[in-house]
Amino acid sequence: MVTVTAPQGATPHLEVRDLTIHYKQFAALENVSLEVRQNEIFGIIGPANAGKTSLLKAINRMDLFDSSMRVEGQILFNGINTRKVRNVYGLRRQIGVVFPLPVGLPLSVYDNVALAPRLAGTKNRSDLDVIVERCLRRAALWDEVKDRLMALGSLLSGGQQQRLTIARALSQEPQMLMLDEFSIAVDPVTTMRIEDVLKELKKEVSIILVTNLVQQARRLADRTAFFLDGKCIETAVTEDLFTGAVQDQRTRDYVEGRFG
Amino acid sequence: MEQNQAQSPSPPLDTRFDRLNSDWYFDKLAQVLMFIGGISVIVFIIGIFVFVSIEGFGFLAGKFEFSEFFFSPDWRPTSQTKETYGLLALMAGTASVTGFAMLVAVPFSLGAAIYIAEFSSGKKREFLKVTIELLAAIPSVVWGFIGLTIMNPLIIQIFHVPVGLNILNAGIILGLMAAPIMTSIAEDALKAVPDRYREAAEAMGATRWQMIYKVILPAAKNGLLGAILLGVGRGFGETMAVLMATGHSINLPTSVFDSVRALTATIAAELGETAVGSDHYQALFAIGIFLFAVTFVINLVADLIVRGVRKG
Repeated sequence: MVTVTAPQGATPHLEVRDLTIHYKQFAALENVSLEVRQNEIFGIIGPANAGKTSLLKAINRMDLFDSSMRVEGQILFNGINTRKVRNVYGLRRQIGVVFPLPVGLPLSVYDNVALAPRLAGTKNRSDLDVIVERCLRRAALWDEVKDRLMALGSLLSGGQQQRLTIARALSQEPQMLMLDEFSIAVDPVTTMRIEDVLKELKKEVSIILVTNLVQQARRLADRTAFFLDGKCIETAVTEDLFTGAVQDQRTRDYVEGRFG
Repeated sequence: MEQNQAQSPSPPLDTRFDRLNSDWYFDKLAQVLMFIGGISVIVFIIGIFVFVSIEGFGFLAGKFEFSEFFFSPDWRPTSQTKETYGLLALMAGTASVTGFAMLVAVPFSLGAAIYIAEFSSGKKREFLKVTIELLAAIPSVVWGFIGLTIMNPLIIQIFHVPVGLNILNAGIILGLMAAPIMTSIAEDALKAVPDRYREAAEAMGATRWQMIYKVILPAAKNGLLGAILLGVGRGFGETMAVLMATGHSINLPTSVFDSVRALTATIAAELGETAVGSDHYQALFAIGIFLFAVTFVINLVADLIVRGVRKG
């Protein structure tokens, strides 16, 4: 299968080729090919069980946690085949993930954000201070927690924890950020704040945004892929999905809410 | 269907509200039974404490001298000239054996717990869990026997010391005894840490060990401390194995090759030979009060820690 090269001529940041994922006999993803460009927000929409989360897991090599998960095909990150990478820890540090439910690790707010830099070897307290403040600011959380950095991260409210999770993902200075339905446990106001954060972040990292909310994809994503039953139905510039300029009837139905 | 019928308004139901039916009596009966079951545990414990206190009170009121009891190393309750009741050597014996046992048991049990909880899976994990719980069921007299017949000659041979029944021997035996139950509790504590913490840590590029060290252990800290304190309590209260493996000689130890005697072993060995009601008999019960108090404090601290004094 020939992948279409990006119009800008830039090499894609992430390229997925003929990816098939099985859980035991069940095929969660079949022959998916797509590419994510530098500094774009790439949306993935689709109903449950479409294979969206499985794709993210395969990209970050989280398939290693699940022995029943079988991955075939290629995923090229910066041109390197991640399926063949031996140091998966190094790879994961380049690709931050935010899970659907916020995970405030049972450490202080400060330690939550400082964890990744510490793992990478940063020991100096003032360096860490700078990183922590920068990441919390970028995640729009600094003002709310600056006076209680030593409080337990797991005691923050749901929306704050989700922004803490984003700050933590940013602290490892990733080149790519993957968000898996981040707004599921977050109130609308906080969702809007995080969305603003993402628009800013786009300047620095490439973002994959998996979302259940079609309108969220419309607000944020530059290009969007529609997944259905383990297949990537099509990928298009996001606005085309909503103006009906897409080819597939199923995509149109889903976007307009006439599905199922 | 039945629910619907009950909800639908029907006059006969209303008139029955002021009558007690069999359900009501059964509920009351169950409540009373549960209450008796629950309260009896407390009653028994208080009963034991009262009994031990009464038996030991005669000593506390008579021959007891605070400085001698706690700071004299001389335990000579049967001396012809002057009886002395000093616990220092016995406390040193118990403390040194328990301390050495923890040196053995803590690394073993935490290591085993981490391996079972974080690194093994499936059949291997089940097999290890069952085996370790089986180990916890070995009677202490068997452990004492191992100390006496296997460890004793081994220690003499390896370290060229005259006696192999000493702190080293008892400490190892006690450590191995305490390790299974500590492993089991510690493993429970680790398993109680939600998987999403593991996934979050690994997804951000932490290695297995970094994840365990930076995230899992801090999260399970209280449970692990509780497991260790439980082991301390076990070592403190253990009698038979300690009686058999320490050498049972009154001594202020200066090295791990010294024989010592434990508080518990003293009670076990001497109680049968004393006249009921004698000073000696009452002094042994005073030791019992002391043990009771210490165990109570250890358990209380363990409980507070496990519940989580979550500061700092």
